[in-house]
Amino acid sequence: MDVRSQISMVFHLDKCIGCHTCSIACKNIWTDRKGAEYMWWNNVETKPGTGYPGKWEDQDIYKGGWQKNGDGIELKGAGKPRSLTNIFHNPHMPVIDDYYEPFTYKYLDLIESPAGDDQPTARPISMITGEPMDIKMGPNWDDDLSGSPDYARNDPNLKNLSPAEQQAMFEMERLAFFYLPRICNHCLNPACIAACPSGAIYKRGEDGIVLINQDVCRGWRMCVTACPYKKTYYNWSTGKSEKCILCYPRIESGQAPACMHSCVGRIRYLGVMLYDADQIERVAAADEPDIVARQMDMILDPFDPDVIAAAKANGVADSTIDSAQKSPTYKFVKEWDLALPLHPEFRTLPMLFYVPPLLPVMASVTNVDNSEQAEKLNDISKYWPDNWLYDTSTRELFGTIDDARFPLEYMASLFSAGDTESVADRLKKLMAVRLHRRHVTVGDVDEDTVAAALSNTDLNGQLADDIYYLTSLAKFDDRFVIPPAHREQAIEMMEFTGDAKGSTGFGFKVGTAVRGA
Amino acid sequence: MNALNTFFFVAFPYVAVVTFVVGVLYRWRQKGFTVSSLSSQFLEGKYLFWGSVPFHVGILVVFFGHVTAFMFPRATLAWTSVPVRLVVLEVTAFVFGVTIFIGLTALMLRRFTNPRIRAVTSRADLVLELLLLAQVVLGLWIALGYRWGVSWFAAGLSPYLWSLLRLSPETGAIFALPWVIKLHVVGAFSILLIVPFTRLAHFMVSPLQYIIRPYQQVVWNWDRRTIRDPSSPWSTARPKPTDE
Repeated sequence: MDVRSQISMVFHLDKCIGCHTCSIACKNIWTDRKGAEYMWWNNVETKPGTGYPGKWEDQDIYKGGWQKNGDGIELKGAGKPRSLTNIFHNPHMPVIDDYYEPFTYKYLDLIESPAGDDQPTARPISMITGEPMDIKMGPNWDDDLSGSPDYARNDPNLKNLSPAEQQAMFEMERLAFFYLPRICNHCLNPACIAACPSGAIYKRGEDGIVLINQDVCRGWRMCVTACPYKKTYYNWSTGKSEKCILCYPRIESGQAPACMHSCVGRIRYLGVMLYDADQIERVAAADEPDIVARQMDMILDPFDPDVIAAAKANGVADSTIDSAQKSPTYKFVKEWDLALPLHPEFRTLPMLFYVPPLLPVMASVTNVDNSEQAEKLNDISKYWPDNWLYDTSTRELFGTIDDARFPLEYMASLFSAGDTESVADRLKKLMAVRLHRRHVTVGDVDEDTVAAALSNTDLNGQLADDIYYLTSLAKFDDRFVIPPAHREQAIEMMEFTGDAKGSTGFGFKVGTAVRGA
Repeated sequence: MNALNTFFFVAFPYVAVVTFVVGVLYRWRQKGFTVSSLSSQFLEGKYLFWGSVPFHVGILVVFFGHVTAFMFPRATLAWTSVPVRLVVLEVTAFVFGVTIFIGLTALMLRRFTNPRIRAVTSRADLVLELLLLAQVVLGLWIALGYRWGVSWFAAGLSPYLWSLLRLSPETGAIFALPWVIKLHVVGAFSILLIVPFTRLAHFMVSPLQYIIRPYQQVVWNWDRRTIRDPSSPWSTARPKPTDE
């Protein structure tokens, strides 16, 4: 058992309101630079939709991630033979138009244009060439299902749905969507690291953050192909690849990453999980239906004395083990079995987990007669002359999950490599918690229904309350349990602190003149 | 004339090689951030194929051909003593030379016509590409006009290059060569000279180590086996030696 610690994340999709505040916080800090304008280390996508870059989930196009090769796995579009033979021209490299051409506007024209008959306009100009351009795409132009025929209809996750099911999803009255915020997954089996010919990408042993050494990156751009989530980006100006750094300077000083700190819906959780690194290879090569379960098995119980002993022997700090025991992500992922990784079939073992969204799944539409109501209205009042009712009633617990507006196959394609069972399990749990709290606070759900729902999902009142607390009431320190980085020890790695004793702080950078005898 | 010859074939090569070695080492060690292939495939990926692939493949073959004739002149002469082999070698070299020319022309056309590529073009890129183009044209000219270069390179130029390496330049042979060949030699050292100052430095960091390294890389800031071991020293850093 090779116990290591990993900073992991949970995004609670039921709480995401799609406001893009996370994206902006990230952009302002990290990617507001030349060559990085198009990069969104954090982005929010509407599902169903094609996302950013377009259709990134379709690995027939982008050849990202790993695929099975006999008993083992190999990179799909990169790897040793392919990376070296394709180094002069990478056939699976997305180009900027797959993302969007970054643009700004000539705002100065608004005030500096000579007086005339027409209103001056601020023309869009390309941030690459500086020339006027026609904007064809933005990073989130499929937001809220806009342009559905072009975007949502081409969602790669619809592949496994029958034409009838797809038709049903896009009936105007049944339309539903949810948001999918994405950052780098800081995987346990990262395809980007494996694909890098220069060896510039690495995983930090202490906390598992995946980083690109900018001094070593040579712009061979294989990581862009290899990452199935398309979360490494090529900076066209510096000729180096860049990616989400999980705000490690913030994490090292005990602050939450900017996207998480700024999250309006408070959907984001961050904490340590201990895992067994010896299992990585075998789990990554597991059969497709088993991957999720096997990945969950890799994550170790931080209260188990054997695990603690093995962790200590492996140099995991006591403070990190303590953080692992308080970790909100461990609760969501392992203790409560509520969260799932995004596209586990890419075999990178992502350590960002999602609590699947309940609302768009659960609500249904029923036919009602509104004519009586409409007659009472004033002549000039506007009303929507349809006979549909958006019904979010929660009584028929397990019935509604099965005939939800979102086919479970769709969710399963996103979160469990097609296994509808594991998605349904998690949705049922979320529903049971909801019923339980409804019973406690409103009281219009009878006790038997609640008890049945809880026992069917292996929950009890206390557990349901805990889930409810961490979901709805959790304070900052409950949501982000950041292990101390022990920078004092890091300093001692590099210099003998005794040298600086009696000096200014940690000493002078450059030696001073020697004075006195 | 002799002074000019001496400058270009004695002084200049040394200046070029020293600048190349010192410059590349300095840039690689101290300014790693600036060393990149500066690929523009992300901005334009379709036409690049028809330029980049022929250019690189051609230049690899031709470059290593030159290197082989320089390193093993006797073996080269012996091997090419059979006329058929010589002809085959010459034709192969010429074909790959033409490949470089086609690739480079395609790359330059792309650079001048595509506004996105123009936006990432620096002056150093232009100097480098023009120099490479001149060098390729001269090389093709020599291949056509001064046949059996494989042989006379090994017999005449290789000894000159080796004499430079031994720090006792023998310039008799090179001074007597036609000006086209002289220009090609000066061009070669010019390219060497500007490597540290251009994107060409990327060929010095060809990722061959990738073949032998394991796929996954984990970097530890501290030695995790000893960091929490009470019997290990509390700091792995050593005290700085003092003068006193």
